[in-house]
This record gives sequence, structure tokens and C-alpha cells, in this order.
Amino acid sequence: MNYILEPWPWYVSGPCIAIVMYLLLYFGRTFGMSSNLRTICSIGGAGKKVSFFDFDWKAQKWNLIVVLGAMVGGFIAHHFLSNPTNIDLNQQTIADLNNLGFKNVGTSLLPPELFDWKNVFSIKGILILTIGGFLVGFGTRYAGGCTSGHAITGLSSLQLPSLIAVIGFFIGGLIMIHFIYPILF
Amino acid sequence: MTKYIKFFAVGIFFGIVLVKSEAVSWYRIFEMFKFQSFHMYGIIGSAVFTGVLLLLISKKQKTKTIEGQLIRVPKKDKGFKRYLIGGSIFGLGWALSGACPGPMYILVGTGVFSMLIVIAAAIFGTYMYGVIKDKLPH
Repeated sequence: MNYILEPWPWYVSGPCIAIVMYLLLYFGRTFGMSSNLRTICSIGGAGKKVSFFDFDWKAQKWNLIVVLGAMVGGFIAHHFLSNPTNIDLNQQTIADLNNLGFKNVGTSLLPPELFDWKNVFSIKGILILTIGGFLVGFGTRYAGGCTSGHAITGLSSLQLPSLIAVIGFFIGGLIMIHFIYPILF
Repeated sequence: MTKYIKFFAVGIFFGIVLVKSEAVSWYRIFEMFKFQSFHMYGIIGSAVFTGVLLLLISKKQKTKTIEGQLIRVPKKDKGFKRYLIGGSIFGLGWALSGACPGPMYILVGTGVFSMLIVIAAAIFGTYMYGVIKDKLPH
């Protein structure tokens, strides 16, 4: 039981994610989390104004069910399957984050400096979350997929477009962390 | 309703795996982009390695889906610009919010309700892509 309550090593987690991808293929679907964002736009009636959202969203219901399950899975894992342990981060990462002004690094899943309500409702806090979310939503649809659709499914099926997209993910991520973070924090 | 239970179950498993692997953690994403840990690369690398193997085996065995067709992954459209530019925009957002579309939902499940703001912004971002998509290079 302790093996489950401790954080899982990468060589257990990675293959488990591949099994998720494979199960969905076996069910005749494909693994792609960001498609749900488009589906939600369509449910909200965006198809009346923008043709990109004019499709039969009911055919995507299964994917919304996966999302619902993922939220329940997150709840179960966090509340019942986890010993309270700090994230085993590199000491240099902790030092770098301390320098940027982050405290108690790794004692929770996310930094309270960004996700605690009192910080969310500062101007800087709300801008970071909304701009970050906007870029994820815009970029993922522009690129035709996110980490699940391109990095896992696309690379597993050896598709060149997915490799280009994943290279893009890293170009963006590296620019943000190495050049923009020092300005922001 | 019963046909959806399997999707719900897969989702639960997915959520548990991503929390237990710490792949939903903002800190792990930061560490990855700093190249200071193998953890995230190990997760993605071993996922892709296993995925390639599973797809090769099912191609050889001509494994069928529960609906009777051969298992296959839909081909992505050909292109370069959309993948590089779109991917880079996604990467900027991923590193800023520390969450990609799967973990966003999973984190709400763990009780981080401020993530709902990120999700709302991501929905709006997707909507704006749909609005201006014909003006963008693809």
C-alpha cells in the first residue's frame, strides 16, 4: 500500500499514461484533452456565430466524461491515495524559485503565490492566470492538439506534425521560463 | 449510459496517474523547462516508448477496437507553421500557468478552484482561435 501512497516514479507513470491512450484507441476514440475546450465553446452556442464551432458536439460527449472522470481521479488521488510529502525537486530548482520570490517551494502541488485566492485577485495574479490560460487555449487549437494529442498520441504514432508541435511547446516554454519569468518575478 | 462508464473509468485512472506522478504540479513543469530534473522527461519518454510498442504490437496482431475496426491513430494534417507557431504559443501558456488542458481539470478535482479561472481563459482562447483562424498562417 505504501507504494501507492508515495509519489509514483516516472517509469510507472509514463507507461500508465500510454495505457490510457491505448484504452481510448481500443474504444475507438483518440486521446486529446484540449478538444474538450472546443466542445465547450460549441455547447455554449459558439457555432451560431463561428463555423469552427458548428459541429455535432454530442459525438464528443465521451471525452467530457473522461474529463469528469479525471476530476474525480484527481480528488481520489489527492485525498485518499497520497501521504503528505513534499515534491522531491532539485535543490537548484528550489534555490532558483526562492530567488524569484517563491517560498515553501514544493510543499504543495502549486505555488500559493499564484493560486491562493488572495493572490489570484491581485492585478498581477489575475493577469498571469488569464493570459496563461488564454495562450494554452489559443495555442492548443492552433497547433491542433496539446500534450496528450501531440506529445503522447502523435509521437507514439511517429507523426512528424506532432514532433514539430512538441518542439514548439518547448520553444514557448523555454522562452517563458528563461526570459519572461525574470521580468515577471 | 452504460457505454460511458468505461470512459469515466479511464478518466479516473488518468486523473490518479497524473496526480501521483506529480505531472500536474506547476513546480515540476518549471523544473522541466529548467532542465533540472529527469522526472518529466522520464514520464513523457516512457509514455511514448510504451505507446510506440503498444501501437506496433496491435498493428502486427491486427487488433480491433470494440467497434470492430482496426486500431489506428488519425493522421494529423500536413503542415509546419501551425504546429510550430501554435505549439510555441501553447508552450508559453503551459509554462506561465503550469498546467496543460488535462491537468487543469484534474487540479480542480484536487481542490484548486482558482484553476477554474485558467480553464475559463483557455475556453476563451480556443474561441478566439475559432474567430480569427482563417486569418492565421497554417
